[in-house]
Amino acid sequence: MTKEHWKSLLLSAILFLVFLGVWFVATQPKESAQQTAAQDEYAALMGKGAVKATGFPPPQEIGKAIVTHLSDPFKDNGPNDKGIAIQLGHSLARVGIGFALAILLALPLGFIIGMSPLLYRALDPFIQVLKPISPLAWMPLALYTIKDSNLSGIFVIFICSVWPMLINTAFGVANVRRDWLNVARTLEVRPVRKALMVILPAAAPTILTGMRISMGIAWLVIVAAEMLVGGTGIGYFVWNEWNNLALPNVIFAILVIGLVGMILDRCFAGLQRLVSYTE
Amino acid sequence: MAFLQVENLAKAYPGNDAPVFEKVNFTLEKGEFVCIIGHSGCGKTTILNALAGLETASGGNITMDGREVAGPGLDRGVVFQSHALMPWLTVIDNVKFGVRSRWPEWSKVEVEAQATKYLEMVGLGAALHKKPAMLSGGMKQRVGIARAFAIQPKMLLLDEPFGALDALTRGTIQDELLKIVQATAQTVFMITHDVDEAILLSDRILLMSNGPRARIAEIVEVTLPRSRTRHDMHHDPRFYRIRNHLVDFLVSRSKDPKPAGQLHPPVVRPGEDEPAEPPLAA
Repeated sequence: MTKEHWKSLLLSAILFLVFLGVWFVATQPKESAQQTAAQDEYAALMGKGAVKATGFPPPQEIGKAIVTHLSDPFKDNGPNDKGIAIQLGHSLARVGIGFALAILLALPLGFIIGMSPLLYRALDPFIQVLKPISPLAWMPLALYTIKDSNLSGIFVIFICSVWPMLINTAFGVANVRRDWLNVARTLEVRPVRKALMVILPAAAPTILTGMRISMGIAWLVIVAAEMLVGGTGIGYFVWNEWNNLALPNVIFAILVIGLVGMILDRCFAGLQRLVSYTE
Repeated sequence: MAFLQVENLAKAYPGNDAPVFEKVNFTLEKGEFVCIIGHSGCGKTTILNALAGLETASGGNITMDGREVAGPGLDRGVVFQSHALMPWLTVIDNVKFGVRSRWPEWSKVEVEAQATKYLEMVGLGAALHKKPAMLSGGMKQRVGIARAFAIQPKMLLLDEPFGALDALTRGTIQDELLKIVQATAQTVFMITHDVDEAILLSDRILLMSNGPRARIAEIVEVTLPRSRTRHDMHHDPRFYRIRNHLVDFLVSRSKDPKPAGQLHPPVVRPGEDEPAEPPLAA
């Protein structure tokens, strides 16, 4: 690591500590709300401790929530008390399946559209209209036709992942350098071999960019989708903890969503590096 | 019948009444090295692409080895102006891609051996596993040449392969190309802008007039001995006669269309002419 790296790392750490400090100070119990002995007594009678959790939780509460959740991530005590790993597993499974289905459709279709200017132009209006639709707008339709909340969630992930992949695949395939195609032509390369050995590697960086965008959107959408359909998943967990008014848990979940999203993005960045080339 | 026969080739683009070139006639014998020279826009690249089968002419025929040229094929190897290497493949994989296309039934070892042999021929034996991005322009073009030679085509088509190279690199690669062509007796058709390059490499030089309605105005026979090299050919008085003839054509005569109605361009041998004699006696 270079000196610059260490400096930026140090600055990040300082910023984080400052943030925690401000948070800590801002969430201290107010002095003016000094409780009388009678009120303390009353609180004790109501079964709540002297320090009642009111207002925004201070950082140490979040710390406690993190420890609690991470100490037993795989617990499963009924629908409203599942470990964080189980919830994440459900979300990741939905995203994974929806995303995989989107690949199965978008890659071949994108290839065909990219290779045929006619189809490109013919399908473009549909894609342009369908692309900006919020994936959640499909939810009622999905619930009505599929009649299964879990599958509807998967469908929503599928529909939001498919557009960036389709558009990028078609664009990448349509813009493969003419020279490379001419090389393939003069070598009489068969269509399938040409698609796999020339067009696919040439378009791979663009395709992977589309997938990375898709995955980013899918991870955004899954939280909202699970809030709607309920049952399992990290989105449902957030909603459930909000209904319990357990803000530390909500903040913990937000943190987890951010971290998992970052890991997913890093994975795709790695894949991108793997297929990228310099001319 | 000549190995390659081009008859009345013409190219017109729709909406443009004047064709880029028309009535283009020439032949190539087996083992011959022919260069084509002309100003930009006269359609040299289009002619080469038509020979390669990458473009279709709007008129005329091309026959090679007794068969009509229709579409690209493995019997013609093309070296592209922009080398056209696939940047995600290593040097040897680029060449192997061609070899495997030519002989799909070959084993891995055979493919590898063929690719290595031709890469060593162009002096790239030490760079087999590098990616093209790590090579200089001259080395990239060498890979392009090796890829075209490795499929052992009946005819090699080179589209101004050294245009983007500096003079020194150009000289070395010309020497290498000359060596390989002599060793393999390859038939070559090449576009160039460089008069000296054309004299060094070719047996005959096709001179094209300016477009539109460009044609082959003259065919110049290079009468220097085939053993010429870059270092000694300029000591031969014939070299300057040929060179002057070519430069004169490019500077002053290429604008003026040659006698109309003449189907086959005149063949001239400026190297053998007495300086006083008019160049167009034939």
